[in-house]
Amino acid sequence: MTQPEFFSLDKVSKRFGVVQALDSVSIAFRPGEVLALVGENGAGKSTMMRILEGVFGPDGGTVRHGSTPIVFGEPRDSHRAGIRVIHQEPEIVPNLTVAENIFVGELPRLAGVLLDWRKLEEQTDRVLATFGMQQDMRPRQLCSTLGPAQRQMIEIMRAIRAGGRLIAFDEPTSSLTDDEARRLFSVIRRLREEGTSIVYISHRLNEIIDLADRIVVLRDGRLVDDSPAAGASEQTIAKLMVGRDIADLFTRETWRAGQLLLDVAGLSTDRVSDVSLRVRRGEVLGIAGLVGAGRSELAKAIVGYDRRLAGTIAMNGVSVLANSPHAAIVAGIGFAPEDRKHEALLLFRSILDNAALCVPDKTSSFGFFNRRKALEIVSPLAAKMSIKAPNLDEQVSKLSGGNQQKVVLARWLARQPMLLILDEPTRGIDIGAKAEIYRLIDELAASGIGIILISSEMPELIGLADRVLVMAGGRITAELSRPDIDEATILKHAMPQSAPALGDHIQ
Amino acid sequence: MNSLELRASKAQTGARGASSRLVERLGVHNISLLVALAILVVIFGSLRADVFFSSRNLLNIGLGITILGVLAMSQTVVIVAGGLDIAVGATVGLTTVSTAMAIQATGSPSAGIVAGLVLGGLAGLVNGIIITYGRVNAVIATLGTMAIFRGIAFIMSDGQSIAIFSDTFRFIGIGRILGLPLLIWILVLTAIVFHLFLARSIVGRNIYALGGNPVVARFSGININRYRVGIYIMSGVAAGLAGILLAARTGSGQPVSGSQGLELEAITAAVLGGCALQGGKGTIVGALLGVAIIGVLNNGMILTSVPTFYQLLAKGSLLILAVVIAEYHLNRT
Repeated sequence: MTQPEFFSLDKVSKRFGVVQALDSVSIAFRPGEVLALVGENGAGKSTMMRILEGVFGPDGGTVRHGSTPIVFGEPRDSHRAGIRVIHQEPEIVPNLTVAENIFVGELPRLAGVLLDWRKLEEQTDRVLATFGMQQDMRPRQLCSTLGPAQRQMIEIMRAIRAGGRLIAFDEPTSSLTDDEARRLFSVIRRLREEGTSIVYISHRLNEIIDLADRIVVLRDGRLVDDSPAAGASEQTIAKLMVGRDIADLFTRETWRAGQLLLDVAGLSTDRVSDVSLRVRRGEVLGIAGLVGAGRSELAKAIVGYDRRLAGTIAMNGVSVLANSPHAAIVAGIGFAPEDRKHEALLLFRSILDNAALCVPDKTSSFGFFNRRKALEIVSPLAAKMSIKAPNLDEQVSKLSGGNQQKVVLARWLARQPMLLILDEPTRGIDIGAKAEIYRLIDELAASGIGIILISSEMPELIGLADRVLVMAGGRITAELSRPDIDEATILKHAMPQSAPALGDHIQ
Repeated sequence: MNSLELRASKAQTGARGASSRLVERLGVHNISLLVALAILVVIFGSLRADVFFSSRNLLNIGLGITILGVLAMSQTVVIVAGGLDIAVGATVGLTTVSTAMAIQATGSPSAGIVAGLVLGGLAGLVNGIIITYGRVNAVIATLGTMAIFRGIAFIMSDGQSIAIFSDTFRFIGIGRILGLPLLIWILVLTAIVFHLFLARSIVGRNIYALGGNPVVARFSGININRYRVGIYIMSGVAAGLAGILLAARTGSGQPVSGSQGLELEAITAAVLGGCALQGGKGTIVGALLGVAIIGVLNNGMILTSVPTFYQLLAKGSLLILAVVIAEYHLNRT
């Protein structure tokens, strides 16, 4: 409290149509402090970030620097003021080099027109050294060859290089492995020591308790708590976020073994090698691994999206011969991909259209779409999953992440699959919706559906899976059964053999 | 909001006013097209009040847009699927020649119709295969085949106009049923078929899915390669139909005359009608309104004696303007 305040929000409000996204919220950001911003989806976190970033202005209240009110006409103004938001999906140019991406806008010049490569490389080397990233990337490397964690680091380095004084991270760890996340945390701690003000948004409460100095909780656009992180627990924060207790977040009945459902033998594609696995009816098979271990690629191999180079897939003892998603669907396999926006949803179509996409036979008469039939199928599913929307004609792009995921699930439930592959089903979803999806997974398994659950969240795998396969480098490296499923064992097998020494090499 | 309200949504719509329901059904975009059309009618109507509103001139406009109408609708389907077919004009030229030659050789109008539709379909098949399996960008692929189809039409006809002497066949182009030209009936019929196909059929809805997001479409079990080839075949057959109509109207098969620049007008009409060039968006009703705007503009420019060369300027500008407006709207949402 003794530190001088610099950027602050003073009674900031913002309304979108009928939704009060922010309601008179006041927050003071302080240099050298990590402020965690938590809240369910739709609580107003993103709106606050957009206001800080200058995407749009508040309806009421002011953004201040010290005691001077500031108005951002566009993001460039807020960048100039020293505010940077690091988004979930890093904004980098894939076909430029690491060096160019970090120094974009301020590239050193030779004779006024040419790019001074030598100077650029020196500058980049220096930046990489300060962040301890020399092992991870070279200045001349193309960014298209980098993974999500490295891309994010580039965006952070760019922000710091450009003189960012307030850096906000929007769900930075959602696409990172635990190790990558740890390295990000040490970078954040270092920034804090240097006096940068950090805003940290995450659904992962353990991270927040670990990292933050102060925790601000938003609920329905209102600030409900602003207190030091010391003494906070996941339960107390979760309670503040939803306004009620969530004791039963991870529940799953014990599993009763069913008949063999899916039998994959020696499956290889360009990105997975020699994978064999079996799923029984009513079983939840977890797939663990670091990002890039080939988990999503395994799913895409099973559903026939990637070209199968070797191996066999059988459902209920019947071989799935054709190599196409269509054949997989016909065989009774449903797949909800990790990237909802790009791989699962038609964003500009309605809930009804999206949910009815895979059941053309049940929603048509004589080859023509039959709205009444579609409603008969989709309405009960929407009700069962309590999809929150004004009506089923709402565009899915307007829904929150949790509701979008429910639409994807509704699509597959309409199809009544025998096997459902869920790739990171709770990524970017608030706690309330998460609990609902866990309950649904449990219900589906209890009804005899086999489930493959790909997840980066350890508690999710430990709480839900009957068995866990660990992947690394496109192969399965271990199979764990209850009660041997724990974080340490999973991690031990998830580390690629050839990986360099890990740990915090940033001081 | 809960599930109860989901079910109540229908009742809400019913309670709203009739005018807002009309707006909803037509869509904001189509209403702005109607306004633009009305403005053009007022301008040309006041400049040439003597002839513009005569029934003869209105029929002329109608006749002038039938061939374009068919092409704009098929182009809409292609664009909604995320493609583009700039070979349609050349395909029309090719099919007028093949239709005329078939009639000349056999004396049978049906042979001419079959020849036109089959050749159009084959041309579309070639486009579809090059784009889908050769993985060539649709613009480049159809730019190439545009030259090829024109070349074939010249070779087949030896560069000459081929006259058609079958009165039965000419009836398609100049005959009337219930007082209205047969061409207009054909346009109305194809419009109904296209609209039902694109907006209501499962295949049509899958085409929106394919153009909106091919990855989602594939994960949903849609055979996207088969769809893409099929859509270009459809575009070719539609060009064949347009070729037959053109041949019946002019009484001849010609490699270039009458079909040149149709691709520009068809794409302009589709984009004016609300097609997003990225795919996944566009309607048949919108395309027809776009066609009407082009028809009135063409007719009005002739009536007000705008020199031909300047008409070309207007058409090119219209396409670019339509795309600029579409992109502006896309970026705002």
